[in-house]
Amino acid sequence: MKRLLLSVLFVHQLAAMFAQGDTIPVTPDTMKLNMDAVYGRPFQQLGGGSIALGGYVEANTRYSNTDGISEGLSFQLPRLTLFISSSITRRIKFLTEIELEEGGKEINIEFASIDLALHPMLNLRGGVLMNPIGAFNQNHDGPKWEFVDRPIASTTIIPATWSNVGFGLYGKTARGAWVYAYEAYLTNGFDGSIVDNAQGRTWLPAAKANSERFEESSNGVPLVTLKGAIKHRCYGELGLSWMGGVYNRFQEDGLKLDVRRRVDLLAIDYTARFGTHGPAITAEHVWAMVDVPDTYTQQYGRAQRGGFVDFVQAIMRKPVFGWKDACLNLALRAEYVDYNVGTFNETGGNIADELVAITGGIGFRPASGTVLRANYGYEWQRDLLGNPASRTAKVLVGVSSYF
Amino acid sequence: MRLVLLLVSLVLVGCHKLMPDAPAEDQLLDGPVDGLSTDEQARFLAGDVAFNDEVFTSATGLGPLFVSTSCGSCHAGDGRGHPFTSLTRFGQNDGTGNQYLDQGGPQLQHRALPGFAPEEVPAGATSTRLLPPPNTGLGFLDAVPDAMILALADPDDLDGDGISGTPNWITTPAYITHRPAPVEQGGKHIGRFGRKGAAYDLLQQTANAYNQDIGITSNYEPVDTYTGAILDPEVSNSTVDQVVFYLLTLKAPIQRDKDDPQVIAGEQVFTAVGCAKCHTPELVTGPSPIAPLANKTVRPYSDLLLHDMGSGLDDGYTEGSALTSEWRTPPLWGLGLSSDSQGGSYFLLHDGRATTIEQAIEAHDGEGQASRIAYQQLSTTDREALLRFLESL
Repeated sequence: MKRLLLSVLFVHQLAAMFAQGDTIPVTPDTMKLNMDAVYGRPFQQLGGGSIALGGYVEANTRYSNTDGISEGLSFQLPRLTLFISSSITRRIKFLTEIELEEGGKEINIEFASIDLALHPMLNLRGGVLMNPIGAFNQNHDGPKWEFVDRPIASTTIIPATWSNVGFGLYGKTARGAWVYAYEAYLTNGFDGSIVDNAQGRTWLPAAKANSERFEESSNGVPLVTLKGAIKHRCYGELGLSWMGGVYNRFQEDGLKLDVRRRVDLLAIDYTARFGTHGPAITAEHVWAMVDVPDTYTQQYGRAQRGGFVDFVQAIMRKPVFGWKDACLNLALRAEYVDYNVGTFNETGGNIADELVAITGGIGFRPASGTVLRANYGYEWQRDLLGNPASRTAKVLVGVSSYF
Repeated sequence: MRLVLLLVSLVLVGCHKLMPDAPAEDQLLDGPVDGLSTDEQARFLAGDVAFNDEVFTSATGLGPLFVSTSCGSCHAGDGRGHPFTSLTRFGQNDGTGNQYLDQGGPQLQHRALPGFAPEEVPAGATSTRLLPPPNTGLGFLDAVPDAMILALADPDDLDGDGISGTPNWITTPAYITHRPAPVEQGGKHIGRFGRKGAAYDLLQQTANAYNQDIGITSNYEPVDTYTGAILDPEVSNSTVDQVVFYLLTLKAPIQRDKDDPQVIAGEQVFTAVGCAKCHTPELVTGPSPIAPLANKTVRPYSDLLLHDMGSGLDDGYTEGSALTSEWRTPPLWGLGLSSDSQGGSYFLLHDGRATTIEQAIEAHDGEGQASRIAYQQLSTTDREALLRFLESL
């Protein structure tokens, strides 16, 4: 016990030594959380009016090779995102985020909400809301990351950038060195495609293809999304978020088609930067539980899990080529995903359908909102049966910037 | 900045080293036969996509009752199937045909879309569980002339070696185009594909699999397995043809370590104990519209004939003219790579009951009894050589 207490004290002192902004009083405005990210972006005010514009773009080139076979070099524009915000009055705001993916192949309203401030701990939000949970999805802008690719678990278990129509509450407060915040939403939800899709596995992102969700719920039962976060100025931010609801169309025109089947996702995340020059860490783990009928194929997992850990360390901060705040970061990401947690009914053996990946990167930031990055990643992926893993290596070079 | 330049240089210089190597060709079961023309390679690729990448959903015709959602999910890496992908057939125990066609026969669709109830084996019906066979080298087996299969048959055991070998005489569907110089007996033809040899060719095998395994109707098999109604085709003729072409042009497995003295000795033991009497090492193909398949000597280790394997392997179910205890000799090529498509384990024999090659040999009875006894009497050295040879296939 004594050793434990000494360890806690040591960590506390170390963290305090590295802590950022020690001298700045902690208020909800001075200490930003991942869930503040949508409003924490650089906007350009239009004239003297209340409307502000912003956005970011990502472009990259990719060379990958799977088991000795490469499709060659590709150039991509994975996303171009535009933000428009407006302070309608001092306590009524509007923000929208429109994303053009793959050079315009998909155009999505990712976010479009009206916020009505009543009290720091009680604000109303309604419109198109982003349900996806976890640190990455709440703070996913490309220029913030040293990695070209988004974390696999945060995009394929949690359907990244999946938004829905609904309403909810949010709030944030500070006490001592701590900041607390929450979001709670009721929105339209998933549909049966999450277990009936061309991926051949439980695939929550399949629900993104259903644009009717902006018009009506697939089953009339709202999806509940709860996000909570607590941050200490020394120890970093801990987030816990959940979303769940009935995904299937269990009745239509008063006729019962099936029982109600739930999908639930739980994510825990940790984000910290130890001092101005110290390392930054982002870690996230997600679990998904899906009520798949027993009579359906086990190919579609009843449970999924996955996560990632990112380390980023600045190795140079000095003026370069006239950029006075230039910075060079080294980054490392380790991640894994198990799309089908369980065992085969027929053999009792493990159901695989899993992958492990590691990515190293270097990011040059001529300014804080712009990053030129180069990544090298290696991935081992096993099929459902757990046959020898296919190996994929990829080299990615790209740029991402707010504008 | 020097560090950056150094790192970038290292990446560029080492880029080739940083990429995974292709597995050796003899370690893989998939891939096309050598010698395809460029247009044939394009057809192979189209079939590869349809076979391995196309996953059916309720919107594209899946089920509503089914066994699997795609071709590739039952044939990982084009190898042997896994107990998870096994299928059940029921309702026929002699040559008079299936008595349960009006109750869901011949195949059990034991999985169902949400909201639907899967089938169950009807009371009184005998059934068997079948693992998907490997796909490799099927085009060569298809190109073996009927006359060669018949030449290997000895239905009355005239040579007195205890091994008969008889073709499965089947009634072919109307859409089948028979091979050149087909052998016919009472309006029936020689089946050669499937565990019982009850499919005439790969078109019949493919159209049946779409229908019975995935619940997909085609112009070839238009009857919906759930409603029994004739539906519009849910897969096009061209897609079925692409899949057939893909299966025809998958390469034959390549033997490994064939010059190893233990492997050579093992092959001699294989012949000495009588395995080669049914697992015929060499077959010769006849003419084929696909040049790389024509007039080739191949080593599948099968005579494509039915053999009585005794009561232990008699599941009480059959197809065509086969007895319930008769099974078509499974080709042994690719045997040593089976575990790479079965999740790291062996699941051998028709239902995967044998988890080692030794167990599979020990299960041989009936016409295989003499060889099994001879195997049991081998010295340790000879047994090890035999197993080493089988693993090299």
